[in-house]
Amino acid sequence: MAERVTAIALVPLTLWFVASIIAHAGSDYTAFISWLRTPFAAGGMILLLIALFHHTALGLQVVIEDYVHSGARFAAVIAIQLCCYGLAVTGILATLRIAFGS
Amino acid sequence: MDIKTIAPATKAPRPRPLSPNIQNYRPQLTSVLSIANRITGVVLSIGAVGLVIWLSAAAAGPEPYATVQQTVRSWIGRIVMLGFTFAFFLHLCGGIRHLVWDTVHGFELRSIYISGWSVVAASVVLTVAAWAAGLYVGGWL
Repeated sequence: MAERVTAIALVPLTLWFVASIIAHAGSDYTAFISWLRTPFAAGGMILLLIALFHHTALGLQVVIEDYVHSGARFAAVIAIQLCCYGLAVTGILATLRIAFGS
Repeated sequence: MDIKTIAPATKAPRPRPLSPNIQNYRPQLTSVLSIANRITGVVLSIGAVGLVIWLSAAAAGPEPYATVQQTVRSWIGRIVMLGFTFAFFLHLCGGIRHLVWDTVHGFELRSIYISGWSVVAASVVLTVAAWAAGLYVGGWL
């Protein structure tokens, strides 16, 4: 169920992200940072990271459960979850650093 | 009657074929798109790591950001990004197809093939459109 909910959330979020990247295709660092400092862009990026890594963790868990049948399955699922949520937090912190940095 | 006259216990059971024997099946649009959705999902997981690296580099300052941009704008970087773009649109369209199936619609064989080919066509068109727009906005460099 959560995979579906995150999937629906990711449809507008990823399309917005791709459109924003296209719009900034020729932008330099300053232009990109000033875009990410707007509340809309920073908020959207954080929502994207949450939905994206939740969806990724759920999807990779299904893949592991289908192909790993040994005792390593549990360890692999835990490792995937740690990586995904660690990456989500890293991405959110980076976005917040940009949004609230000097 | 003795049971042994019907099923002699001395004869070992013949090994039965194991299922699923995926290598025995001719690839079809349905099966190819099914596995493609899974493969693109795994590929996009790697792309998600790239997103975090990119954001972290941007947060670290102009020099780390420039290094990442240089890598992305190299020829190998562009081919990889083109691959990610196609994987993204294929996973997106395939995912929408799955969401429609969740509403118990489109399960007739004809509908499955129409939606399947639509996913392939839309992914190609959207990938080309995204790159055309990106190159138009950003120029070739």
